[in-house]
Amino acid sequence: MFEILKRQEMADGTVVMNEISAPLIAQKAKPGQFVILKANETGERIPLTMADTDPKKGTITIIYQVVGKSTALFKTLQAGDKFQDVIGPLGRPTDLEKVGTVVCVGGGTGIAVLHPITRGLKEIGNHVIAIIGARSKDLLILEDKMKAASHELHVCTDDGSYGHHGFVTEVLKEVLEKDKVGLVVGIGPVPMMKFVSKMTAEYKVKTLVSLNAIMVDGTGMCGCCRVSIGGKTKFACVDGPEFDGHQVDFEELAQRLEAYKDEERQAYERFMAECRAD
Amino acid sequence: MPEKAQKKEKIPRQPMPEQEPEVRRRNFKEVPLGYTPELAMKEAERCLQCKKPSCMEGCPVSVNIPEFIKFIKEGDFTKAIRKIWERNALPAVCGRVCPQEIQCEGKCILGKKGEPVAIGNLERFVADWERVNGKGELPPKASPTGKKVAVVGSGPAGLTVAGDLILKGHEVTIFEAFHKPGGVLTYGIPEFRLPKEIVFSEVHFLERLGCRVECNVVVGRTITLDEIFAQGFDAIFVAVGAGLPSFLNIPGENLIGIYSANEYLTRSNLMKAYLFPEYDTPIAHGKNVVVIGAGNVAMDSARTAMRLGAEKVRIVYRRSRAEMPARAAEIHHAEEEGIEFFLLTAPTRFIGDEKGRVTGMECLKMELGEPDDSGRRRPVPVEGSEFVLDCDLAVISVGAGANPLLTQSTPDLKLNKWGYILADPKTGKTTKKAVWAGGDIVTGQATVILAAGAGRIASDSIHDYLTWGW
Repeated sequence: MFEILKRQEMADGTVVMNEISAPLIAQKAKPGQFVILKANETGERIPLTMADTDPKKGTITIIYQVVGKSTALFKTLQAGDKFQDVIGPLGRPTDLEKVGTVVCVGGGTGIAVLHPITRGLKEIGNHVIAIIGARSKDLLILEDKMKAASHELHVCTDDGSYGHHGFVTEVLKEVLEKDKVGLVVGIGPVPMMKFVSKMTAEYKVKTLVSLNAIMVDGTGMCGCCRVSIGGKTKFACVDGPEFDGHQVDFEELAQRLEAYKDEERQAYERFMAECRAD
Repeated sequence: MPEKAQKKEKIPRQPMPEQEPEVRRRNFKEVPLGYTPELAMKEAERCLQCKKPSCMEGCPVSVNIPEFIKFIKEGDFTKAIRKIWERNALPAVCGRVCPQEIQCEGKCILGKKGEPVAIGNLERFVADWERVNGKGELPPKASPTGKKVAVVGSGPAGLTVAGDLILKGHEVTIFEAFHKPGGVLTYGIPEFRLPKEIVFSEVHFLERLGCRVECNVVVGRTITLDEIFAQGFDAIFVAVGAGLPSFLNIPGENLIGIYSANEYLTRSNLMKAYLFPEYDTPIAHGKNVVVIGAGNVAMDSARTAMRLGAEKVRIVYRRSRAEMPARAAEIHHAEEEGIEFFLLTAPTRFIGDEKGRVTGMECLKMELGEPDDSGRRRPVPVEGSEFVLDCDLAVISVGAGANPLLTQSTPDLKLNKWGYILADPKTGKTTKKAVWAGGDIVTGQATVILAAGAGRIASDSIHDYLTWGW
């Protein structure tokens, strides 16, 4: 079983960090890879990219935002509780290359996914500029860790409550104008990744994004997570989750993420009603 | 002898009681209800007890069929199940999903002039009887050999090997990538054809014999074959199935509401989406469903859609009825439940609305030409025959290929040009030392019993290797 050893609430309690005992996975996992978690017998299989791993302790760290029934259920799990199932590491690791100057752009909980990649890119000798953003100061996560993982950190908030008032793309544009950038890694909500990719395409800078498609098995067996990359169908679980941002059909991805909107709302409302009844 | 045969044939084949089509098409409960002991004994009486039983030749795992049927006839169901266990660790499964009509029953001498003995029904009966009434006795086990075997994949091939080798005194650990064991028996075959309780009880039987089952281990990702050897295992059997869904590669295929059969059935069976919202995994409930393909998996998908509340379910197949690969019994069950067949029809593209949800499928009518590589007559499009089938859910069930997850991490395992593992058909040996393979990852998509048969061949070879070193 997969015990939660450490648990911390972030961003006004809407984001939760879990350090989970999973020795086999911790020894194997590399930046960019994900796990699938299932809380209990009736639970859904939810893919989450790992924010960190500690092979010595045998732990993995996940950071998730509460968005629906399954993540609301995850949030009820306290330190000492267990996930019934954790499967991984899945997906391809990030291809960490030395290219010179790299810009790592993260939004929301995407920053959690971006962090080990940023650290990895710095470790192999890149000059790393990080740009992270959130809707407001209270919702920003991992600022200290991102600061340590990069040479230069820019923070943006949509409401101007902290750092640059505006979107990460605005800061990215300034950086692209000023520096010779070899690679951009953009991880966050679909619209953010779309606009980051659109901008870097203008500057002809190679761009990696990490796609959070809906998955079931995560091993290439169901084809649920298919995404269109340069007009070809790929499976986000085994061909990704990272892809060339300039090739991704973000509209299709955004639509496919809405596939179970009604069911998700129904499940979430039912769950919250049950929680209140308790 | 001929006189005796004639006398015995007077008892007609005992039909299996079933749920009525009108009722069962809206529930997930098992369709056939099983024999009563009386029905089973009556059916068993029909067996001629041939001296040279051809039914056994038709059985890929060579169950001693006349013997076990004789015990049923005598009312000794415990002895009957023990006889089956000698050759088959999965009788409750095989009794339900084997294509008996082309295997044991297809060879039954009674079938020449009338109807063959219902061997599958009888096998199912004793397995079920043992599960409910048995004392939980276990078959005899050889003394420990000290050898350790890893089985990768807990589908029919893997379970067969595990069952064989544990009885021969080896230590067996099964690694399963999903969170529940059973492979295709769990994620692929619907509850109404193979209740999961039965699969888990067969797995539990192996656990009671001493097999370890480790779920959530994706061999190739969580651990590699070489790392398994480094943990002290002496041999590995790879049986990961053929889990890479094929798509049609036509425009619009990524619209919402278009599933691979693997996804559709995994959501419904393994994740119990048919019980949503008690279970958290959702599934689309189409009103107007098309299923593309005509194998057993297509029938399972169509019948699942019907049970999930569809008003109309159509099987769309590019060849004619004669070429449909599904078992006759499955086609018959589907028809009884109101599934319609659109034959000689091939999809050309999907049509969607502004939200990216599927609304229709454009098709072409086909006619049959000369036989192709598969030996079936090749479908040829009829020019100008385009038409649109309205649909809000489509399930693509046109087969599956080899999943590369394990083989990519094992470069010294030789594959054929389609990515299947090369294994000696007589032994199951692969090109990697102490690694065997069997089931769909060697043959491509096939049946449960063929996978079990491959497992039996491999387990004999593995046992030789562990005993004699070859």
